[in-house]
Amino acid sequence: MMWTRKDVLGLADLSVDEIQTILDTAESFKEINRREIKKVPTLRGKTVVNLFYEPSTRTRTSFEIAAKRLSADTVNFTPSSSSVGKGETLLDTVRNIEAMHPAVIVVRHPNAGTPHLLSRRVGISVVNAGDGAHEHPSQALLDMLMIREAKGRIEGLTISIVGDISHSRVARSNILGLKKMGANVRICGPATMIPPAIDRLGVEVFHDMDAAIHDADVIMMLRIQLERQTGALFPSNREYARFYGLNEARLERAKPDAIIMHPGPMNRGVEISSDVADSTRSKILDQVSNGVAVRMAILYLLAGRKAGDEDADREVEGH
Amino acid sequence: MRTLIAKSRVIDPASGLDEPRDILIEDGRILDLVRPGEKVADVAERIDAKGCIATPGFVDLHVHLREPGYEQKETIATGCMAAVSGGFTSVCSMANTNPVNDHSSVTALILAKAKEADLARVYPMAAVTKGLAGESLTEMGELYEHGVIGFTDDGRCVMNAAVMRNALVYANSFGVPVSVHAIDEHLAGDAPMNSGFHSMRLGLRGVPAAAEDTMVARDVVLSALTGARLHIQHISTKGAIEIVRMAKARGVPVTCEAAPHHFMLIDEDVGEYDTNFKMAPPLRGVDDREAVREALADGTIDAIATDHAPHEKLVKDCEFEKAANGIIGLETAFSLTWELVEAGVISEMRAIELLTVAPCKAFNLPHGTLTKGALADITIFDPKATYTFTTDRIYSLSKNSPFIGRAMKADVKRTLVGGRTVFARD
Ligand SMILES: [Zn+2]
Ligand SMILES: [Zn+2]
Repeated sequence: MMWTRKDVLGLADLSVDEIQTILDTAESFKEINRREIKKVPTLRGKTVVNLFYEPSTRTRTSFEIAAKRLSADTVNFTPSSSSVGKGETLLDTVRNIEAMHPAVIVVRHPNAGTPHLLSRRVGISVVNAGDGAHEHPSQALLDMLMIREAKGRIEGLTISIVGDISHSRVARSNILGLKKMGANVRICGPATMIPPAIDRLGVEVFHDMDAAIHDADVIMMLRIQLERQTGALFPSNREYARFYGLNEARLERAKPDAIIMHPGPMNRGVEISSDVADSTRSKILDQVSNGVAVRMAILYLLAGRKAGDEDADREVEGH
Repeated sequence: MRTLIAKSRVIDPASGLDEPRDILIEDGRILDLVRPGEKVADVAERIDAKGCIATPGFVDLHVHLREPGYEQKETIATGCMAAVSGGFTSVCSMANTNPVNDHSSVTALILAKAKEADLARVYPMAAVTKGLAGESLTEMGELYEHGVIGFTDDGRCVMNAAVMRNALVYANSFGVPVSVHAIDEHLAGDAPMNSGFHSMRLGLRGVPAAAEDTMVARDVVLSALTGARLHIQHISTKGAIEIVRMAKARGVPVTCEAAPHHFMLIDEDVGEYDTNFKMAPPLRGVDDREAVREALADGTIDAIATDHAPHEKLVKDCEFEKAANGIIGLETAFSLTWELVEAGVISEMRAIELLTVAPCKAFNLPHGTLTKGALADITIFDPKATYTFTTDRIYSLSKNSPFIGRAMKADVKRTLVGGRTVFARD
């Protein structure tokens, strides 16, 4: 298909075709990542800005490596979100960056909807690298690539997502994407971590983990934000591990060939036991490799097409 | 000097009048309501109101004039201009200025600025607690002497029930109600929108309806306990409305108001993080909106109040979670109310009642009627007019309205305060 979208903001907007295009493109980039010289000239002369208002070494590094393998120049901005409102606003910062003519701006921000605000205000492409508890599309896409690779398909699979669904942008993006691709999605967590009306997204809601992973093809564990403890969402790590932690015994309930995923970083012994995390069924490190390929695909589709493409034209007109 | 408003249809819910009348004004008061065409002598000014409806001037129980302290958002003068352009002849100003109106010197300043502006009448409300901190009561007696007509910590909720009980009892000794922004601050956190499917979809924390319901229940219980008058501001949930309905049936002295945005919009309208749809209490669900409409019709809700909350662009043009709460409302309230009439939700008479005599009764204000001898605060509107609400119709200093671009029905043509035209639109 012809790629026409200016931004990648979330799985809510992406069509099935677009998701497939990203995954197929990512697959073709995986080959580059296995080469001795892991570099192609696709984005030579273009600049990718990583604007991270929240520390995330993993995601930022993944985008940076992806950009570099496509020969783009990368710049990292890490302003403090606390300065917003006192002096320079977010829009000021972004207008400044836009004036430096990058091709793509990759934004991570603690407030939901920030990439959407930016996409309305700037002509350059915006990639959401995680906005509050809203979406984290590149993570969901790399998860989907992982599932497709391990299972050959997404459609018809039973995928259980376990953890703090309320505060998880990874969960939200995955639910939206996986449902679009025809999977059966189950979510599970303590009731304090299940947001209102989530069943309207077509997921099955569980509070009993054994039931939630029964016959599952994929188990996706979410990171528990230990710092959210102040909200009293669960009584203790110990109790959480007992009811919602994934361990060998519990894993018996899933299909024998079920795979285990986790967006990282893991709290070993809380949401996932070490033996499970390090088992052959764990795809956690493969996910990281796929992350680079998916981010290369996103950057390529947004900025790497030949001159004459609709988007490339717009990018020029924007200045 | 005599002024005659000729050829209008007069609707005055206070007296039950709905007839074609000419209104004769002298010395700022209504001298007479005469049959159309009846001869009157010595008329110096003649206002042709053919095709229009004349009603008592609208009264808004809930306005943020922002002065002193936030003159970049609104001044008393610009706020009063916005008021009269929307047909409002009296507005009650909230206490969350800077400094807070918790001392008579601030009250005096507000009244002086209002007098200088000389447009709408301004009735200041003072804070319930010093600095809106929810702890110690303001000098209510002295504030009352200086002209405040009620007490409110609006923007904040008095979370301590013992403080609230004392506030109700003490204020009631002056015959003045305490107005409450009824939201349990612990349940609400600082969530930026209504809790539900749309907050979940947008990844935003949500304010549950229960944050309002539980606090309305508490305050109604305290009002029943003490017999003191209570006014619930901007009621927005089905649950809270049911509690007020029950309380009224039992004779608890409670009144309440609803804002136009809560009977026109729902949380889904937030769309993709549009900060012009961010307010407190937040836009609620469809059931809540229907409950507000029903309660406007059946009398559970006493008044329509705008919660006019101007904010400069800087604090709205930003991340949704960081954006300031509130929208302007004075310019649009009347047309939105009239939409309820056109939709058959309320009668013309009820619509005018909600904007005039009902709010006056709740706060003992000396307005809201067009009977002989009354102050000649009059709003004249064309019920057939249509227009698009654009920024050039906004007299507020701030333009934070979710209704910009909306096709509107019925339009205010002229506003008189004390018999003097303070606003006219051709
Ligand atoms: Zn309020
Ligand atoms: Zn208010």
